[in-house]
Amino acid sequence: MRHVFSVRIGPIGFRVGSDWRAPIDALGELYRYYPSPNLPDFTVRLEATHWWRRWLRPSIRIAGDYTLPEAAPLPLAQGLLAAEMAMNLQLALGGRRFLLLHASCVERDGRALLMTGESGAGKSTLATMLAARGWRFMSDEFALIEPETGLVHPFPRLISLKNAAIAAAIAARPDAKLGPLLAGTPKGDIRHMVPDALAVGAMDEPALPALLLYPRYGFATEVRGVLPSESFVRLTQASTNYVALGETGFGALTRLVRETPAHAVDYPDGAAAIEQVEALWRTL
Amino acid sequence: MADALILARALADPQSLALDTDWTGLITTARAEQLLGTLAYRLDGLPLPEDVALLLADARAAAENGRRAALWEAEMARRALAPLGCTVVLLKGAAFVAAGLLAGRGRSIGDLDILVPRADLDRVEAALLAAGWEWVKPDPYDDAYYRRWMHELPPLIHRDRDRMIDVHHTILPLTARITPDAGALLAAAEPLGNGLAVLSPDDMLVHAAAHLFADGDLAGGLRNLWDIHCLIDDHGSAGLAARAAHHGLSKEMARALRLTHRLFATPVDPAYREVRPGDALYLRRLLARDDWGRPIRPATRLAFYVRSHWLRMPPAMLARHLWAKWRR
Repeated sequence: MRHVFSVRIGPIGFRVGSDWRAPIDALGELYRYYPSPNLPDFTVRLEATHWWRRWLRPSIRIAGDYTLPEAAPLPLAQGLLAAEMAMNLQLALGGRRFLLLHASCVERDGRALLMTGESGAGKSTLATMLAARGWRFMSDEFALIEPETGLVHPFPRLISLKNAAIAAAIAARPDAKLGPLLAGTPKGDIRHMVPDALAVGAMDEPALPALLLYPRYGFATEVRGVLPSESFVRLTQASTNYVALGETGFGALTRLVRETPAHAVDYPDGAAAIEQVEALWRTL
Repeated sequence: MADALILARALADPQSLALDTDWTGLITTARAEQLLGTLAYRLDGLPLPEDVALLLADARAAAENGRRAALWEAEMARRALAPLGCTVVLLKGAAFVAAGLLAGRGRSIGDLDILVPRADLDRVEAALLAAGWEWVKPDPYDDAYYRRWMHELPPLIHRDRDRMIDVHHTILPLTARITPDAGALLAAAEPLGNGLAVLSPDDMLVHAAAHLFADGDLAGGLRNLWDIHCLIDDHGSAGLAARAAHHGLSKEMARALRLTHRLFATPVDPAYREVRPGDALYLRRLLARDDWGRPIRPATRLAFYVRSHWLRMPPAMLARHLWAKWRR
């Protein structure tokens, strides 16, 4: 394609082709310190929806190895979002090397904390706040569980901050490098934050899952233990490829929920959440 | 212009791949043509760059899961239909893996396709509905169209497993100008010993050729042509011409043999080793995919799309059909 960008994020390589220069330049700038893949695992295409829409009211169709037929096109101004969505989509639909859990992930002392929940539960924000307090940021979107070892692999792509989370994350990391503010996207306001140097530098170092949390933002402080059986059901729903992996997925998931203590954590604000998370971590 | 020829060559002769192969382009093309699993098995055991070997190992594992899921889906249909006592013939991908054929190695398998006697169609439909399959298209026009003119029931999807089943009673639409002998397909079908059957080798080939050249717009055609190559590899093509003639599909079978020989160097009878005028256009369409996985050659694609409608129904009926579709 006319404009091309390749990047490796943890164990996953992407090739992004675009009809326009702008999204490629934005990716190049924000992923400046990331390595290039030897062989991309996935190909992403940002294409004009019709040939004239390259110039006239430019409109991006998200395409690639895997596509969703109902995906709506995005304006060129949201090209960075289109690229990020497309890269996520490839991994979500096509990833088979790892069990993929929709979760954010941070690490301390070689052990990983996984946080999963609905959109808006605070996964990205909490991961960013913990990273600002010395944890290693691993991922804000996908936890990659390796079936053979049970290890979780980093996937430190750009942190996708939405609406109120933008200000909270910038407050936690005022010096962080940021993408442009994308206002009025289908998901509201979005801004991308570059993970810190530790996260990028250690992107090849997996960690053993040590704690599973189900955070919920906007409720009075409460911590409740979660049984492996409940975790199993929650995580089958939080996984994008559990069914496609067949027996391998079942093996990886049952091992994870058996070996990893889990808690549901309700929290009214970020400071309370950090306190609860660190308290739970000390009990391990 | 880069097209899918690189993929066809890699499938036909994996040893010919050079170290400086455009692996990214090859893999992307194969994925777009739903042939990555097939390619992964073809290249298994060859010395490959480490990342390529790893990616292809994933593709083989994915294909193996797909194979298991397809066999399970076939078993689910068998259990639902066993009380009826009618012949149930697996078609296409599920048949290839159930019969352990070369064509099944790494093949991506989507819907479950089965063939049953037309006389049993109502009972089969009722049994599937009772066992948890549901209509995908509750649209009355589409439903009526399928039932009156198509070679299959409207597609059904299982409410728990989310998998589709296509129940055929013959292998071409009733509106097509060619009428294959569905009774002969069923009579010659070979039991698998578990209550299911597959078509005889010759009929599998005739079906594949019919599907490729007498129905549809050649979407996914490269995979279908690769099926034909593998089926000939397994069984040869000794009695094939007579069987194709019996079904009225000689022209399509001959074209399939010429093109598979041309693209994959399939050992076919010398009569089919020379390409004919017109074959070039089919090759253009079969290979219309670039190294980014994009469909290319829009004019050729459009021509085959128009042709698919022309094949499927007489002009007056096509006009009525398009009118009905357009009005809604």
